[in-house]
Amino acid sequence: MVPLSWYMVLGAVVFAIGVFGFLSRKNIIIVFMSIELMLNAVNINLISMSHYIQDLRGQILAFFVIAVAAAEAAIGLAIVIALFRNKATAHVDEVKEMQG
Amino acid sequence: MIQQAFFAYFAFVITILSLLIVTRKNPVHSVMWMLLLFFHIAGMYLFLNAEFMAAIQVIVYAGGILVLFLFAVLLVNIREELQIGKYIGAAPTSFTFAGGLFVVIVMSLRSFVAAPPGIYSIELIKQETHTKALGKLLYTEFLYPFEVASLILLVAIIGAIVLAKRRLKS
Repeated sequence: MVPLSWYMVLGAVVFAIGVFGFLSRKNIIIVFMSIELMLNAVNINLISMSHYIQDLRGQILAFFVIAVAAAEAAIGLAIVIALFRNKATAHVDEVKEMQG
Repeated sequence: MIQQAFFAYFAFVITILSLLIVTRKNPVHSVMWMLLLFFHIAGMYLFLNAEFMAAIQVIVYAGGILVLFLFAVLLVNIREELQIGKYIGAAPTSFTFAGGLFVVIVMSLRSFVAAPPGIYSIELIKQETHTKALGKLLYTEFLYPFEVASLILLVAIIGAIVLAKRRLKS
């Protein structure tokens, strides 16, 4: 039997990698992919906990996380397309109109 | 023993693939590694007796979201992308922040106490099948959040169309 804490450490590793990618990458598409990575880390945690404490509510929550991830990806990539149309760039450090 | 070996394989591959996703220069390569990552995460869900979630993971993530990402990657000029640097100036800071966050999460796991076990034991799920048990819970206790999720998806569809469509010249 694999202990629950191994799954949680795996979730923490994937989440930390996602945070690193989100904060450091230049390409906005890979920034969105890092967000998906973080959501997947949360899903690993939720489903492993749901298995170990024998309650299906964690999997229901993971189901909603997947639904929100799909909505977020659609909106985010629409924003990327609008950004590309207006600025012709996909790099986050070239978009700095709002810094005053 | 074989369970530990399975977990070790999945954990190793998932970690390596996550690192590959955030460090590749070519976004197309990142998307392809991410496809492999989603299949491995689905395998891990199967390992946790969550076969419906594994199917959803493959259908929604690998089938839906990744295709969306591939469409967006087509916008990027790959040749220019391979010339310039991958990271913004704050990369060392973000590495420190992510490492610190990982340490904090792992430290906080030491004080984790699991809740008392619920009623959905493996025998019950095996008797009732996983999808049926999940569906019963979803359409009774979680009916209202389910409706809210459908509203969120509707708003996302409309918002994506509004954001991405060309402005009409008038």
